[in-house]
Amino acid sequence: MTKNPVQNQPLVKYEKVSKKFDNLEVLKGLDLEINQGERVALIGPSGSGKTTIIRMLMTLEEPTSGVIKVDGNPLWHKEVNGKLVPADENHLRKIRGDIGMVFQQFNLFPHMTILRNVTEAQVHVKGTPNDEAEKRAITMLEKVGLGEKIDAYPLQLSGGQQQRVAIARAVVMQPKIMLFDEVTSALDPELVGEVLEVIKEIAKESDMAMILVTHEMDFARDVADRIVFLHGGLIEEQGSPKEILENPQSPRLQSFLKRFLSTT
Amino acid sequence: MSWNWEFALKVFPEIFNVIWLVIGITFGAYAVALVFGLILTFARRSSFKPLSWTVYGFIEFIRSTPPLVQLFFVYFALPLIGISLNKYVAGILTLGIHYSTYVSEVYRSGIDSIEKGQWEAAKALNFTKSQTWSKVILPQAIPPVIPMLGNYLIVLFKETPLLMAIGVVEFLQKAFLIGADHFKYLEPLTIVGLLFLLLSYPSALLINRLEKWSNQAYGKGSR
Repeated sequence: MTKNPVQNQPLVKYEKVSKKFDNLEVLKGLDLEINQGERVALIGPSGSGKTTIIRMLMTLEEPTSGVIKVDGNPLWHKEVNGKLVPADENHLRKIRGDIGMVFQQFNLFPHMTILRNVTEAQVHVKGTPNDEAEKRAITMLEKVGLGEKIDAYPLQLSGGQQQRVAIARAVVMQPKIMLFDEVTSALDPELVGEVLEVIKEIAKESDMAMILVTHEMDFARDVADRIVFLHGGLIEEQGSPKEILENPQSPRLQSFLKRFLSTT
Repeated sequence: MSWNWEFALKVFPEIFNVIWLVIGITFGAYAVALVFGLILTFARRSSFKPLSWTVYGFIEFIRSTPPLVQLFFVYFALPLIGISLNKYVAGILTLGIHYSTYVSEVYRSGIDSIEKGQWEAAKALNFTKSQTWSKVILPQAIPPVIPMLGNYLIVLFKETPLLMAIGVVEFLQKAFLIGADHFKYLEPLTIVGLLFLLLSYPSALLINRLEKWSNQAYGKGSR
């Protein structure tokens, strides 16, 4: 569904996007662009709307108002006679294929082996022949350091291992953009490092765009091209990791970072 | 009146021979319950409200009326509006549909126990709705409820004597016919009880095994 991908057109564009849960307004008219291959870290206090931003892109939450575009095509809307109408499941499916996501709680399929977890969508969604899908899955699992575990079930692995499988499962689908939703928040501290290393490795090797919601500032500094600081459903400040982490301008970002650096 | 071994042994094969009919009716009705129950479960979850409400009403209605009344209704009242079923079909459909309402409740509990994250992961991998059901949700929702489903098989089996009310010669009716012929009811009725025990108890043990198996599947508790 990539119609005329214009050079230098942002891969993802949020235009005045708002999201209300009942009476709580989580996002208040967000404008944000993500370029092809760009790595953007979203930071901010809880409730600032950062997870909602990527969940809307993954089509897990519908925006209350505003438009999200992927490769220039509206995600949640369809153009009919020049007017935007709500999209149907077919339309969402077409665009969703370009997007991958890793969740805080891993969400592996517990009834499938590790290998099946990484193979299933390749075969049934992309139509990859089974043996080729398995080959690609094994290569990917070796890359995340789990080549030995392909016949295990998710519940037999540690949290860090499960999360690495989840990363392999998403990356093997070759999305144009990967979304990481606080992927280390559910892990024991000693398992955080192995997961972040894997993401850094993948970031280095591929040219996928990434949006990373994270509380790990050092990780954001290492991986991100740009850091966006959200507060109260709006972008408070954004810039290069150096600008944001070393020379924060707004008082809110300054106090946010101070709290963070003193606790970690 | 005392127990007569000779008579008991003589009539035992006669009653036992009905076993295939009873088993056939039980599994026939159970198959209807499993399939129709799943259909009810999906219809109940439909986002098209009139459908989901209608199905809700249907389930409540079936569950709160006695199966015997339903059986009479299907066999004696439906022909008045042009739907005549033979007694076996009427029996299988009525018992099957009656139990489908319970079975659908079992499916529902299995489906509700699946975490939201599983639906979200399926969506993130771009599975279609039907792939999400067939590959992610049902394979996780069904195994834990297999023991409960198995219990309904046994309960349904024990309900088959109801069908004597519409003239099906199952265990109980057979025993009554024999009893009426010889004016002896003790032996045939005892044999009927014994046959129910002999079939139900091993099935219950088997279901126990299944329960243990489903608790251990997929590496649960073996980290």
